[in-house]
Amino acid sequence: MDAHSDSARGDLSRKRGKVRSQEKLGGNALAASQTKSLARTRRLMQTGFFSLFRVAALINGLALLIVVAFLLLNGWRAINWTFLSQAPLDSMTRGGIFPCIVGTFFLSFGAMLVAFPWGVASAIYLHEYAQPGPTLRVIRLGINNLAGVPSVVFGLFGLAFFVIWCNLKVSVLSGALTLGALILPVIIGTAEEALRAVPATYREASLALGATKWQTIYRVVLPAAFPGMLTGCILGVSRAAGETAAIMFTAAVFFTRQLPSSIFDPVMALPYHIYVLATAGTQIELTRPLQYGTALVLIALVFSMNLIAIFYRARLQRRF
Amino acid sequence: MKTRQTRDKFIRLGFLVMASISILVLFMILVFLFAEGVPILKKVSIWGFVFGQEWYPTSSPPDFGIFPLLVASLAVTFLSALMAIPLGVMTAIYLAEIASARFREMVKPLVELLAALPSVVIGFFGMVVVAPFLQDTLDLATGLNLFNASLMLAFMSVPTICSISEDAIYSVPRELKEASLALGATHWETIRRVMIPASLSGISTAVILGMSRAIGETMVVLMVAGGAAMIPTSIFKPVRPMPASIAAEMAEAPFRGDHYHALFAIGVVLFLFTLCFNLVADHIAQKHKQVGAATL
Repeated sequence: MDAHSDSARGDLSRKRGKVRSQEKLGGNALAASQTKSLARTRRLMQTGFFSLFRVAALINGLALLIVVAFLLLNGWRAINWTFLSQAPLDSMTRGGIFPCIVGTFFLSFGAMLVAFPWGVASAIYLHEYAQPGPTLRVIRLGINNLAGVPSVVFGLFGLAFFVIWCNLKVSVLSGALTLGALILPVIIGTAEEALRAVPATYREASLALGATKWQTIYRVVLPAAFPGMLTGCILGVSRAAGETAAIMFTAAVFFTRQLPSSIFDPVMALPYHIYVLATAGTQIELTRPLQYGTALVLIALVFSMNLIAIFYRARLQRRF
Repeated sequence: MKTRQTRDKFIRLGFLVMASISILVLFMILVFLFAEGVPILKKVSIWGFVFGQEWYPTSSPPDFGIFPLLVASLAVTFLSALMAIPLGVMTAIYLAEIASARFREMVKPLVELLAALPSVVIGFFGMVVVAPFLQDTLDLATGLNLFNASLMLAFMSVPTICSISEDAIYSVPRELKEASLALGATHWETIRRVMIPASLSGISTAVILGMSRAIGETMVVLMVAGGAAMIPTSIFKPVRPMPASIAAEMAEAPFRGDHYHALFAIGVVLFLFTLCFNLVADHIAQKHKQVGAATL
């Protein structure tokens, strides 16, 4: 056999030679030790990679911890009753953030009022009525893409459509409508999940009693799914509360003298206030404590809503 | 009996209409962006707009070339993806495969909280903490630069990547895993050779959606990227990605002036980018849908 002309065969013959020589040396023990060392490498590989994954997960936790800890340490001193209950003073270098809290409240709950009924209705269609087919496919594609539209593009749309075309001006209403469109996919997603959690037997029992589809949905499915939909509601509000780019051109202003008296007034909002103080003020260093304080209030608001939603959902999952 | 059924048909139709409004909104976004963005093409050709090297919208005569902004957007997205993809996917593998059930229950909400951090807060953190740190330790002219922005964007896209990939890995049928283990493969070999290939479509979807989130993210790049509309020569140079340009300049742009139309046109470009990302993600998710054990 010519090993030089055919290297693959040559390899094979060499291996065979090796095996034969091992057998001569009483190779059982040798083979066993080789298997053992192979097993050890395999185990080592596993340990190595698993530690890597652990580190990755740890980095995530640490990142969250560092951001929150930093804001807490720097922000808690700024927070007191005056800060929470007063308007900004001296061209926003002193005073509180009360108008921003009110503005954020109006905007996010306004967005919820717009998006919740509409999102739940969409979810009912998608989960209860729609048959698999092109219609369903197109609607899902639309919702998925809506979820992917950048918030600044929502802002541009809000500016062009609500503010200018509908002539709503820069106002709570424009902002709430824009944010409503932005959080719609969140609401639809969670509402659908809630509907999916309702056992099919509920529907079958109702239909078997002679109820129509709508009666079944209205009397049986919706009451059972409603608590789950509420978590989506909370998540939507929290998402809207933290959103900045979408309200920059549609609802938020640097400073207002008074609280909004109607939904056609512009407002101040927490996220926009942070941005303004941190980048556009004349005394950025001086207002640092206010910036930390505002950021802390915002994440406290957003996190508490999210935690409520998370715990509430965990409790609901044990229900059916 | 008949009226009940007709009523049901109407109700069904009503819900169909409500569900279709999402598409209508998407369509209207497109229409209004184009309506306000297209007039800029009277001043500058499409080629000149997309590949023009100069972005001086307020000088006279103004220059409307968004190439530096486009490059900046792609650069921050790519760099943040380099950090976020390994981190997100590895965390997902850890959560789905390695962590104990109790630990998983604890960490998953943590990832959700990370996703809920408002972008303006992350931008603020990048400005007041990371930027001075980078400036001092690396001795840079400014800490507000491409690298810092990418780092902050990575933290924003990790939760997206992590939670979607985790779902994908977690939903791989159990028998695949058990078969591999029964053949004598270690847990790691099973993950590498069986679990990851089986959930690759889900992971790709996650990665694309994460990148789509990064390219459209506004507040972070507005506050942290530095704001210089130049093609970056290193990762520590300040840049001005597209969303930052829109957000920073819209307030000053004269209503329905050229600058205003140019910013809307940037919005169109941004929208088309994310639309492509999402369509690709959707295509992958549909084409390689995990149905039972038969898709490996």
